[in-house]
Amino acid sequence: MTNILSVTLQAVTPEGIIDRYPNSYNHFVLPFVIGISFILVYLLIGLVRVLYHLSGEDRIKLLKSLFNPKTALKNLKDIFCDCLLHTKIWKRKPLLGYMHSAIAFGWFMLIVLGHLEVYIFAPRHLEGISEGSLYYPIFYRFFIWINPAHETLRGTVFFFLMDFFLLYVLSGIALAMFKRVRSIALGMRHTTKPSLADRVALYSLWAIFPLRLLAEGFTADLSGGSFLTKPVNWLFKAFFGNELNFMPTWWAYSICLGLFFLAMPFSRYMHILTEPVLILFRNAGLKVRKPRKGFAEAEIYACSSCGLCIDACPMNTQKKNLKYSSVYFIRFLRRHNNKKINEIAEKCLMCGKCAALCPVGVNSPDIRRVQRETINNSVGYDYSYLKDYSDKAAAELSDKPRKSGKVLYFAGCMTHLTPMIIKSVEKVLKAADVEFEFMDKDSGICCGRPLMLAGKTEAARKTIEANKKIIEQSGCSILLLSCPICLKVFKEEYNLENIEILHYTQYIDRLAKEGKLILEKKEGSLVYHDPCELGRGCGIYDEPRNVLSGIGELKKAQKERDESICCGYSLGSLTLDEKDRSKIAESSVANLMANAPDKIITACPMCYKAIRSKADVPVLDFAEIISSSISGLKQNS
Amino acid sequence: MIDFGFTVSPSSRINLDEVDKKSFVALSKIEPDVVKCMACGSCSASCTVSQFQPTSVRKAILSLQNGQISQAMDFLKHCMLCGKCTMVCPRGINTRHLIISIQKIYGK
Repeated sequence: MTNILSVTLQAVTPEGIIDRYPNSYNHFVLPFVIGISFILVYLLIGLVRVLYHLSGEDRIKLLKSLFNPKTALKNLKDIFCDCLLHTKIWKRKPLLGYMHSAIAFGWFMLIVLGHLEVYIFAPRHLEGISEGSLYYPIFYRFFIWINPAHETLRGTVFFFLMDFFLLYVLSGIALAMFKRVRSIALGMRHTTKPSLADRVALYSLWAIFPLRLLAEGFTADLSGGSFLTKPVNWLFKAFFGNELNFMPTWWAYSICLGLFFLAMPFSRYMHILTEPVLILFRNAGLKVRKPRKGFAEAEIYACSSCGLCIDACPMNTQKKNLKYSSVYFIRFLRRHNNKKINEIAEKCLMCGKCAALCPVGVNSPDIRRVQRETINNSVGYDYSYLKDYSDKAAAELSDKPRKSGKVLYFAGCMTHLTPMIIKSVEKVLKAADVEFEFMDKDSGICCGRPLMLAGKTEAARKTIEANKKIIEQSGCSILLLSCPICLKVFKEEYNLENIEILHYTQYIDRLAKEGKLILEKKEGSLVYHDPCELGRGCGIYDEPRNVLSGIGELKKAQKERDESICCGYSLGSLTLDEKDRSKIAESSVANLMANAPDKIITACPMCYKAIRSKADVPVLDFAEIISSSISGLKQNS
Repeated sequence: MIDFGFTVSPSSRINLDEVDKKSFVALSKIEPDVVKCMACGSCSASCTVSQFQPTSVRKAILSLQNGQISQAMDFLKHCMLCGKCTMVCPRGINTRHLIISIQKIYGK
């Protein structure tokens, strides 16, 4: 109180800006300083821990990516778009995007502008910790006095900008408060239950900005203000008539900041600091190797616990299964609750929708797979028979004539359960005059993906080796697959050199474009179901739609492409039982039937069987409907 | 020994009193579906591996119920978890999880 008065009294100074406190320190900054020091130390230790647990190979990869101009540029772009503007959320839920970018980008701008102001007007205070560089830019408005007679335009612009961004943040906070009450208004059916640390951090975060407004409002007549803080200042002057509430508000502001930073590492808000780290790791091409260490740890702490994955999860058709969502999986991982971790890890369908919709881009199915590995990889097996089989099959295929552009068709286990798909593919290939070899005509062995999904990675390598040998011996240049489950593992794990791996939807699209396959437009309305492994797994959305729109009227499902709903019979889940699966299948069909199509088309033998059992309209496989739509044969030039 | 021109097979008698049921109880807790099996054999008929090696979920379950553990394990050790049996099972048994659970419980 006396300080303030003493300063206002000695107002006769030639300078425009003076330090009201010559040593630029006041006790109220302590909570903030403690909080920020704690979080910085915590972050540093965490970063060292994560880097320590990365394998040597990964560390080199990371280092290289940082100096590669292309990835460096992508890093910058991703950090700006994902961490500050939240373009991913904007695209799907504009209101939610506005809320989040208001808080993140607004706060970021307040910090940047605050530092810029200090840099321009009081650069001495950025020189070192002893000069208060840790807290001075944050509490700049407290420490200075600006002579109204010397107020410059540059200063006024800053006053305006600071108030503008404060208003921006406040609007975001208001939305966030509203979201707690009615999340559906912002497009979220379910949100997460916050933990204790989450609550502490959340409430202090809510309090920070209104308190900032009050605190800066109290000092607006001393240190400048604009359209927001000036009126607050007049109001207080008229209301209180004194400066008694000056210090308590600044204390409260500092305490809230300190509390927020202290609760941060134990709360969901850790993602603010860890997301940029995760982006660097991801762009370097690192993969999860251990379920709790290294890259996975970066992902776990980057999870913002927003709960968008709860709505995304196909299991959410039943309320009892909400607890298996990725957000809770990651929360338990963070708490080292092994029993729950395993339970959730084994339940998941691995459809990948949560990862596709995650605003932070946490790939939790990958963590689940690695977690399963820790339990199931050691389960015994005897695959000694694979060698005889692969030797025999390889010899048979290598006897056949080798030609460039040779197509090798691998149907896979599931397609053999639906021989109609095989017949249709054969018919289509024949109509397009494509010569091909049938790798597993008399039923071959598994591709290895189901074993990978079950966590038996080592066993999967055995089947992969056996299949790889046959494929390489056959001398083919195109490997044609009809099962998306196979497609994914062939693309990711086989490392087949000079062999193009294609799903039949891609190949048929190509044949149609090349004019080798003429299709008739005689179908009614169709809807296409995106199989998880084909769409989200391999990014194939357009090819099947291209072809289908050529033979009929393609209708939209309620949710499609990367938001499509798993058919429920995915091999990903180990423990989900038949009842739950059929409930998911029903919801998947309901989603497809949103626009009342005549037929449902899918491109996965499993989805085909699952959807067929629930749908009232005809369900056809992609190859099946194509084979019945072929009109004229070839047009080879 | 006198050669009679024939041999006597070893006894295939199973004494169910001597069979330890604890593991089976543990199994049915982890995967309750194990008791649903009606031994129709759809799983064996569709099995990818059975063309190479004698593999059958049906026989494995029967063997377990008879206390013939090692025989049951032999019926499953070649399995590649492809999931065809799950798709064809008329009782909706989660065979993949059943197989892994059997291997985990009895394989120790």
